[in-house]
Amino acid sequence: MKPAAFAYLKPENLAEALQFVADNADDGKLLAGGQSLVPAMNFRLARPETLIDISGLEALDGVNDRPEALSIGALTRHATFHKPVSDGALGRLLVKVVGHIAHYPIRQRGTFGGSLCHADPAAEWCLVATALDATMRLESSGDARDVPAEAFFRGSFTTALEPNEILTRITIPKLPDATGTGFVEFARRKGDFALAMALTTLHLEGNTIRSARVGLGGVADRALRMTEIEAALVGKPATPETFVTAGQMARDQISPRGDIHGSAEYRRDLGGALLERALAEAAEEARGAVST
Amino acid sequence: MSVIGARERRVEDRPLLIGAGVFVADLNRADQIHMRVVRSPLAFGRLLEIDIEDAAAQPGVVAIWTAADLGDLGPIDFRMTRIEGMEPYRQWCLARDYVRYVGDPVAVVFAETAQRAEDAAELVFCDIDEQDPHLDARAEPVAFAPDVSPELMSEPAVLQKAVGDVDAAFGQAAHEVAIEVRVGRHTGVPLETRGALAVPGEGGTVTMYGAAKVPHYNRGQIARMLGLPLDAVQLSEGHVGGGFGIRGELYPEDVLVCRAALAFGRPVKWIEDRREHLIAANHSRDQAYRLRAAVDPEGRVLGLDAQFFTDQGAYVRTHGATVSDLSAALLPGPYLIPAYRVRGHVRLTNKTPAGTYRAPGRYESTFARERLMDAIAARLGLDRAEVRQRNLVPESQMPFRRGLDALGTDVVYDSGRFHDLLERLCAHVSWDDLQERLAGRRKAGERVGVGLGYFVEKSGLGPDDLVRISVLPENGIRIVTGAASIGQGIETAMAQICADTLGTGLNGIDVVHGQTALIEKGMGAFATRATVMTGSATKMAADALIERALDVAATLLQAERASLSYADGTVHHAASERTLTLSEIAAAWDGGLGAEATFVSDHMTYPYGIHLAQVRVDPATCGVEIERFVVAYDIGRAVNPTLVEGQIVGAAAQGIGGALYEEFVYDEAGQPLAASFADYLMPTAQEVPAIETIVREDAPSPINPLGVKGAGEAGINAVGAAIASAVDDALERPGLVRQLPVTPQRLHAWLQE
Repeated sequence: MKPAAFAYLKPENLAEALQFVADNADDGKLLAGGQSLVPAMNFRLARPETLIDISGLEALDGVNDRPEALSIGALTRHATFHKPVSDGALGRLLVKVVGHIAHYPIRQRGTFGGSLCHADPAAEWCLVATALDATMRLESSGDARDVPAEAFFRGSFTTALEPNEILTRITIPKLPDATGTGFVEFARRKGDFALAMALTTLHLEGNTIRSARVGLGGVADRALRMTEIEAALVGKPATPETFVTAGQMARDQISPRGDIHGSAEYRRDLGGALLERALAEAAEEARGAVST
Repeated sequence: MSVIGARERRVEDRPLLIGAGVFVADLNRADQIHMRVVRSPLAFGRLLEIDIEDAAAQPGVVAIWTAADLGDLGPIDFRMTRIEGMEPYRQWCLARDYVRYVGDPVAVVFAETAQRAEDAAELVFCDIDEQDPHLDARAEPVAFAPDVSPELMSEPAVLQKAVGDVDAAFGQAAHEVAIEVRVGRHTGVPLETRGALAVPGEGGTVTMYGAAKVPHYNRGQIARMLGLPLDAVQLSEGHVGGGFGIRGELYPEDVLVCRAALAFGRPVKWIEDRREHLIAANHSRDQAYRLRAAVDPEGRVLGLDAQFFTDQGAYVRTHGATVSDLSAALLPGPYLIPAYRVRGHVRLTNKTPAGTYRAPGRYESTFARERLMDAIAARLGLDRAEVRQRNLVPESQMPFRRGLDALGTDVVYDSGRFHDLLERLCAHVSWDDLQERLAGRRKAGERVGVGLGYFVEKSGLGPDDLVRISVLPENGIRIVTGAASIGQGIETAMAQICADTLGTGLNGIDVVHGQTALIEKGMGAFATRATVMTGSATKMAADALIERALDVAATLLQAERASLSYADGTVHHAASERTLTLSEIAAAWDGGLGAEATFVSDHMTYPYGIHLAQVRVDPATCGVEIERFVVAYDIGRAVNPTLVEGQIVGAAAQGIGGALYEEFVYDEAGQPLAASFADYLMPTAQEVPAIETIVREDAPSPINPLGVKGAGEAGINAVGAAIASAVDDALERPGLVRQLPVTPQRLHAWLQE
């Protein structure tokens, strides 16, 4: 479990990092938190010729709390979200989510952007980005482009990121006040990759659903936003029956693959069950938000 | 002042706690070279050719060996439970004609650094004619090596044991209850992987550091295999990061590092990585049981007809048929079961070879037997505690002779108050009230339940143990034993037994273990034997030391021996009011002061206990949460109750792993799918509840001078049984759980039935 030999570069600033990336487009790999890459290298499942260590680039670290959106530097560590990074529903939701990411020491090192670029289908931040319409800023030497989440994730461990690009910032629109959010996942053990997870937001008027976001993770080759279920929820009462129906819709719409930890049939059921719970949690929170 | 029974702190902890522990990976020698094992990437196939050319040309490579380079180096022999006819199934140090599992060593690369060795090892190319692997031990046996010895089938042995008239029992039975259950493939996973550092010495000698568990036995085998006199090989045990039955057995790598150190005249180091560990070190469990019970109208088992299959993996390693032998012998457990017949099939497959893991053959057989007791309770509408109560061996029948043998010894339960312990546990948890409370919670929609598993353990395997105690003139006592420390607290336990006998404190007692250069024989640490065997020898040696001290003092004081008395480390001559301490005697007497003793035992001791699990099942996720776990255990006499509790708690955590999480899964090609900690899921502090322990000393052993029984395997034995029973209860589906581990997807599938 020693990695294959590699060259190591540590850029001083983003411009230099972009230059290194361009120079090593064929066989270079960015090292941010290293929580997935380094084990993969030790197992020799990943064997980059050149590691470009961007973990010291302060420009990419930290969260800007803007009125309409959160702008998250790609190098922001997971642990940053242990406390709300902004007032309101989005900050609260991110607190709920972050506790499910691996273990405390890993959250100190692992980065928000690194997780998105790794694009594990069961990664929490990938579900957050997908369900909440995040936008990724991809920079290359002398160029930059913004890519919405739905176009960024291309499949299991596959993204739209070009070899000469670096993901620098992620923008997530704020949620309206009085939005209730729900996040539920199930893993074999605390901190393991989830067998399935569900993220929901609900905006209620009385007990009637006015708008909804529904996302599922771990049940396909990427996080899914379930727009049909969202549409079906609008106008319905926020009741257990509604949520059971939504869960059933989810079961009908997903076709997860099985692995040693969860068969396809099990994951399908689990996805539906977790969605019911996430909706119930969001409704509960939305009612609280309305009443306060 | 009794030191035995005191909750002394572990004397061995200080270096471990301050980071001064020295494990084998911490050892380095100037000029050492590193060994890397090239392992088969395929589960089964004819090994045609090994191309080492590219690898050998890599910088830093010293040598590469394949089987062709090993001359007449033989296979690794059985340490235990040898059965006629198993010899052809032993593992060679490097594969010769076939590769038989993913991980089978085919070559070793020696290089100047571990990195260089690993780089070069990747370039060793094995040309293998892949064949279909055999992966189900329950299926009909196949040819072990079809092209080489087509007559050799993948069933090296079938064990049979029988007592009483089983057919007659079924003739009289009011009910016949049958079950089929399986225990998954899992194993002990020490924090420290295997490793060795072999250092060549003067005149063709070699010392191997990194020994564990059975240094003396392994030393003898390594010497024999390498054609060396015994005293040319020494094994030395340092700190060991866990044993659990799998670490410290003799493996190919141990022999290869010693051979290489002698061949190259340089120290050779090998440290196993975690992936290797999970595919190359012994696996265990992986048994399937078919049980059929003849039951009378009151739920008493009149007869038990049993068949089981042990998936031994690719080869029969050092343990021989130990797991199957223990399974067969202890399957009846704490129950009378007057007629019993068992056929245990030792089967080979193309998986990692298997050996013993903490409570070998008992974790599995207890699961099977206790599932059967639950099935009987369900069939007859009896309470699960009640059906057990009706079948337990009564105290009046102790010592209870089962009429079978285990590990070559007669199974004689030396003492036991089985009914009493069950009553105590039921009282502790208020069994009836507890069931009522849980029924109430179930009515309110929760899926909660409780389950029991009763077991008999065994400990103190002979035949003997030697202990030498010497008093140091500079004030101190040294105990030298051939036992081994795998973290179980043997230094503390031996020091307490010695201090108790000598009437001294623990301070200044040094326990030396695991060094073949310092004592000529030793049995090591396995089978929960050390406190019973080494402890009894320590007690006897300390008694002999007192006698010797009195003899010597009589001469030194020119007094009648009968006029001397001994207490608290000092010899007194009442008439003259003169005293001599042990160290004064040692300093004054030419040749010093010391004594030795050997404790011999033909029989094992049989501690026993009960596990109780309370679980909550989430029907949506099929996750199982353990709300409460209780272990009641009669150890006969506890040398140090804190150590006993520690053994129980640690073992229970491992048992939970086997019950809910850990499983070596293979695909159809025989590729291991759980070869890292991302997929081989060990429970963490988050998954393991506080373990309640009830340690009793109601049935001391009559067959050793201390009355002790062992603690090592008490905490794990019935975990699978108790959790399975609790899950059934939570879901109100008796017999639902028939396979371990109870994973969410497995439970989900059962609930769909």
